[in-house]
Amino acid sequence: MNSTLLVNVFRFVLLLAVQIIIFNNMNFLGYISPYPYILFIILYPVNGNKSGLLVASFLLGLIMDMFSNSGGIHTTACLVLAYFRPFIFKFSFGLSYEYQTIKLNDVLTPERFSFILLSVVIHHLILFTLEAFQFSFILDVLLRTLLSTVFTLLICIIIIYLIKPNRR
Amino acid sequence: MQQIFNFIFKNSNRILFLLLLGISLTLTIQSHSFHRSKIISSANFLSGGVYEKMNNINEYLNLKTQNEALALENAKLKSLLFNKKDTTAIKKLDSLKGVKPSDIIVSKVIHNSYTSHENYLTLNSGELQGVKPDMGVINDLGIVGIIDNTSPRYSTVVSILNTKSQINAKIKKSNHFGSLIWNGKSTGFVQLIDVPRLASVRKGDTIVTGGQSVIFPENINIGKIDKIEIDNQTHYYTITVKLFNDMTNLGHVYIIKSKDRNELINLEKKEKNE
Repeated sequence: MNSTLLVNVFRFVLLLAVQIIIFNNMNFLGYISPYPYILFIILYPVNGNKSGLLVASFLLGLIMDMFSNSGGIHTTACLVLAYFRPFIFKFSFGLSYEYQTIKLNDVLTPERFSFILLSVVIHHLILFTLEAFQFSFILDVLLRTLLSTVFTLLICIIIIYLIKPNRR
Repeated sequence: MQQIFNFIFKNSNRILFLLLLGISLTLTIQSHSFHRSKIISSANFLSGGVYEKMNNINEYLNLKTQNEALALENAKLKSLLFNKKDTTAIKKLDSLKGVKPSDIIVSKVIHNSYTSHENYLTLNSGELQGVKPDMGVINDLGIVGIIDNTSPRYSTVVSILNTKSQINAKIKKSNHFGSLIWNGKSTGFVQLIDVPRLASVRKGDTIVTGGQSVIFPENINIGKIDKIEIDNQTHYYTITVKLFNDMTNLGHVYIIKSKDRNELINLEKKEKNE
């Protein structure tokens, strides 16, 4: 119990640091940047405390907003993703997800891939819509969402493979 | 009573979610609708400190280009100085009050964003150095933005690459005024709108800041005219301006502290009240 908490706190700090120091400075074609910090919400234990996740993702987004001067867009996107996570689980894994059989940081199966993809798409769509905040930018928003999703997804999967616990 | 408690207990997650969502949406909307007074900004101890550390490392990588830019600027200023009739004469201060009309604070960009529609910079000087909101920020090539939020040691700047920014500008040759905005597309270009049709504009003309602004002194460089269009609805010119500044690569900047500013603002307020 205590070690999960520690792991999560560690992950929270580490992902934020990596995001702010490295990934915020990556811009392909001037406007495509990856946001792998949402891995915190994706990798949060399936049977973990739900209100804890909500509060943690609120803080996660708030710190991101503070560093990128963006009002509350990261906060909103993270919060919505955290709240809808159980529904995405149900969609990707079927009803069996309640039985704690899911381990996300493992070999990539179609279910795991679809879960990560959906989470990233939801987060990015809300993020870029709120960032533009105008209907006239709708095409721009969709383009950014699409390209950044690909980018984030790629980096998320790489990170998951890197930190995957070794099997004995 | 029991039922109310039961309801709250059962839906505690949903209530928490809605509460937090309310807070975050408020933050988002107020950041989009008001010009200033952002609650969460990077002008604070934590993010300012982190950005300053990061910038210290980055600086080593482009020390050479920064040095060259500063040397060029020095050369330009020296040539101005030496080409004066009397090189020993020092410019007179305002004889009535004995103060300079505008003062300059040197500062450095420690964080720069240019990828979104609303871009901000973070500078490493704040209230302790005398920085206040609504001061103009320039560098040797042209304007950079306007101070937004300040903390004791850091401040944030609304970059001219921000769809919210609107700056008074004019065509250097003809003195016709317009508003400088950004359409959120390219980092090298901004738009000058509401220029009357009478104005004679030609491609390559220089755009400078206008005298109507209380933030910037007159005649600070902005850019060159790149494309001229006529708006179908308003029949005013919409001019695309190529910036002199490379907004993606900013180092040292100057914050302009205008002494006349308060006086001007008070005067205009009085005018409105009467």
